[in-house]
Parts: sequence; C-alpha cells; structure tokens
Amino acid sequence: MTRQWEVVIGIETHAQLSTQSKIFSGASTAFGAPPNVQACAVDIALPGVLPVLNRGAVDCAIKFGLAVGGEVAAKSVFARKNYFYPDLPKGYQISQFELPVVVGGQLGIQVGDREKVVHLTRAHLEEDAGKSLHEDFHGKSGIDLNRAGTPLLEIVTEPDMRSSAEAVAYAKALHALVRWIGICDGNMQEGSFRCDANVSVRPVGQKEFGTRREIKNLNSFRFMQQAIDYEVQWQIATIEDGGSIEQATVLFDPDTGGTRAMRSKEDAHDYRYFPDPDLLPLIIDSAWVARLRAAMPELPAAMRNRFLADYGLSAYDASALTSSPEAAGYFESAVAVAGKASAKTCANWVAVDLAGRLNKDGKGIGEAPVTPAQLGVLVARIADNTISNNIAKKVFESLWNGEGGGEAAAADRIIEKQGLKQITDSGAIETLIDEVLAASAAMVAEFKSGKEKAFNALVGQAMKATKGKANPQQVNDLLRKKLLG
Amino acid sequence: MSLTLEQVQRIAHLARIETGAAEAQSALGHLNGILALIEEMQAVDTQGVAPMAHAQDLAQRLREDRVTETDRRAAFQSIAPETEAGLYLVPRVIE
Repeated sequence: MTRQWEVVIGIETHAQLSTQSKIFSGASTAFGAPPNVQACAVDIALPGVLPVLNRGAVDCAIKFGLAVGGEVAAKSVFARKNYFYPDLPKGYQISQFELPVVVGGQLGIQVGDREKVVHLTRAHLEEDAGKSLHEDFHGKSGIDLNRAGTPLLEIVTEPDMRSSAEAVAYAKALHALVRWIGICDGNMQEGSFRCDANVSVRPVGQKEFGTRREIKNLNSFRFMQQAIDYEVQWQIATIEDGGSIEQATVLFDPDTGGTRAMRSKEDAHDYRYFPDPDLLPLIIDSAWVARLRAAMPELPAAMRNRFLADYGLSAYDASALTSSPEAAGYFESAVAVAGKASAKTCANWVAVDLAGRLNKDGKGIGEAPVTPAQLGVLVARIADNTISNNIAKKVFESLWNGEGGGEAAAADRIIEKQGLKQITDSGAIETLIDEVLAASAAMVAEFKSGKEKAFNALVGQAMKATKGKANPQQVNDLLRKKLLG
Repeated sequence: MSLTLEQVQRIAHLARIETGAAEAQSALGHLNGILALIEEMQAVDTQGVAPMAHAQDLAQRLREDRVTETDRRAAFQSIAPETEAGLYLVPRVIE
C-alpha cells in the first residue's frame, strides 16, 4: 500500500543589504575587489577593536519589517554565535538570537492560479563571514576577508510551504520584494541572495512534523526546485524502505542533481549564543520607523491590486508587471501616453512583446531601446485604427532598431515613412478583393461547395494583396459579403 | 546546578582550550563555585523585571553608512604567518 505524503518546507534567506560600508566597520562592501583590500582591523578581528553599528543596515531591516507587516522591535540585541572556522577570524559571528529586529510578518505568493500566504517567523541582522578558497596553496587554504562583516538580513519563514513550487514562488516573491524596497540588489550569482530550505515529509493527516534536513546555499531558483524535489523523493524512498531520516545539513550538487549530507562534526550546532558585550541593545524609536514608513514606495502587492482594479488587467499580467519596479514604472509610463482605455494592450506589449525582445537580446528593461512613451504612442495607433496589431509588431521592431529617432512620436514617423497606415477605405479594399476573387476561381468554387477552409485561404490572399495594411476583420466581413452576396 | 568533569572537558573542547586532567579538575571547582553563586542570586524575586542585555543601561550608538577605511592590507599581512596572492594562508580546511 502506498501512503500519501505531505511535504513541509521552511526557508531561511540571507539577503545582503545594499549598504556602502560594513555592518560594524567603515570598510567598503563593493563586490569584486582584490582579496583583503576591503578587510579592515575590525573585519580581521585585530585585538582591541570594537564594532560600531551601521545605521544604514538598520534602516534596511526596518524597511523590510514595514514591507512584510512585521513588528519592528523597539529593542533588539546582538549576540555572539560561537564557532571556529578560518574565514571567521573572531571565532564568533555577530548575529541576533533571542531578540531579533523584526518579528513576524507575512508574504503573499502566487502558485499558478492559487494565492497563498507564507508567514515569517523573524528577520535578524548579522554579519557575513569571509571566503575560503580551497584551490591548492601548497596544501593550504587561502582566506579572503573582504566579505567578512558585510551586513545580512536573515529572513526565516514558518514551515508553511507544501511543495517545491510554493518554495520557489516564495523565494521569487521575497527576491522581488527586497529589490523593490531597495535593501538588496538580489544578485544571486554574486551571493547577495542565498536560500536554505528545511525539508521534511509526513504522512498526510499526521500532525507532527517529520525530521527535517536543511539544504544549504541554494543560489538559483532552478536549483532550489531541483534540490527540494530530489530531497523529497529521497526522504520518501528512505522511509518507505523502512529507514528513518536523521537531522542533517545537506548540499545540492548541480552536476548530479542530488543532495548529499555534509560531513559534520558532532559539536557543530552548539553555538553557545550569548549577548555580545561589545554592543549595546539596538533601540529603534517610533519616530525613526514613522520616517521610513512615510518614504516607503507602493509595495508590489498593493500595486498589483491597483492594476487589477484600475486597469482591468488579468492576474497574470498584473503579477508579471509588478515583478520589478522597473517593469511597473515602464508599464505605467506607457499607459500615461496611450490612455487608460489602452491599458490592457499596453500590458500585453510590455509583458509579452517587449519582455520577449529583451529576453532575446539578454537585456534588462532599464536598457530597452524603446522608451515607454514610444511604446505608448505605438499602442495609441493600434487603438485609433491607424495600424493593425500585426503591423504594430513591424513598427516595434523598427523602433527597437532606433529607426524614427528617440522622440516619443518615433512610431508615427516610421508608419509614415514605411507607408504602413491601415487601409480603412472599404472601396479600396473591395477593389483588391475583387482582384483576388477573379484570380482564385478554384478556391471560390471550393468555398461554394462548402469547404470553410477555402475561406481562410482567401482571407490570406486578400490580406497579402493589401500588404497586411487592412483590418483583418474588415477584410473578413467584406469577403464573406461578396461570396455569399 | 553543578557541572560534571565531562561537561567541563566538552566546553574546553568547544572553545579549543587545551586542559590537562588537573587543570580540568581545578576549573570544575571554580566553575561550580560560580554556579553556586548564581544559584544564590536566582533566589531573588525578578518577576516583572526585564532581562538585561548589557551591564550598562545605554543604547547602541550608530555610525552613518559611509566608507571610512582605506586599504591597509600590506600592514596587516606583514604580521600574518603566511600569505599569498593577497590571501591569508591557513591549514587546509574543507568540509
């Protein structure tokens, strides 16, 4: 008998905060510097140095708390997490333990057509460690401490997710949110946004959670999906074969698509946290929170709802357009030019045509050679029947290639220059149709004998005769009238 | 509450402090003395008193988010036992 299994997933994310300097020192956080040139006396833990907290890092944590509706703690405390590793020169990481800076909060996610809320446990500030390089330095390891002391916000969820798809949807929503509020650049290749997934399985209906294994350092959404799917199958197979799951930390291997347990020392998890005597409690007064609240941008969830209500967009388009502030800004600028009545058409152009073209060229929306105003004019020309949607695609390609110049009205210039204006004069279209009918006697006969397919072929011929400049519906109507009339 | 010799040795191991048998025994006596003192303190009624995170009743001072440090790698690495290509070299660690 096969039991039904339920998957339970919780996610911890380390988001690197977009500050200029480190969380406890004035060293730069810029990525890609030569080894150790951005590691100051505090970062390398020379004796006698003291940490001083960066206000900018706290700003980021407060903004996050506001964005997820969590409680920004009036008082939070930094603690030492003790362990020995060469890329952690102090022998402890400064983190927060009992009193984190943000408590609770939630994030709405979209899984297919379904919406779901993922609850957050907490978010706390901490410092990153350095990097160990294990290439062969005569049998030794090389240590680069540039990353040591980089501010991180660790964001922890409740075990609310029930599939890898939900886990990925959450990670994507969180990724979009931290970029949206400007607290993290979200660059996953550079390690600015790293996720750990706690995965367990239990028979459907069982109340207690199964034993979890933690998959560390997932730095792409695709790997997250693969790693969780593999891990779930492995856990189910292990239990069904009569085995049991032991709590462990595992790594995902992209080459094999599998997970493997890290060789961990038995004492590895005894971190002996205690409040760091070098740091006083962090006090955040309500005025500070209020000041940041007043400066918060409209959040993606609110904007999405506004797009649904004000513009009548589909849930899919509204989600796609609020995936980044750039996309949302582009869309709204285009609508401002094309008119609110054309919002749906604008949405389609931004989410499909523009997105597809950007993807093809490997460009971000900020680098699009077609400005929102240019696209707005193009959409306006579809709306006022100057051009058909098909011709608009041609004009768009010309705009993309910089024809028509940089002004908003570039589309008009292209339409004029290339003679793309739609033929709406039914007399002219009828003349062309008559010519097509005269030249296609065989197809006309087929249609009259009841073959509807022949009609479509005739429409194609007629559209070709107008060089695509006629309105297809108009051609359709006129053609049918002629054949039946 | 009092510690066992085994616990003392484990704590010493976690903190990477080498302790001989005699030293562990002596540390055990000292630590248990401290724990006894704490036990005495715990007899005080602290209901409704918020736990202290620091001995001084002050708030954390903050610095502005500005880069104030310059590259002093050469000076720092001049006292390191071994460096190469700008990296600090340590006995090989790999998990």
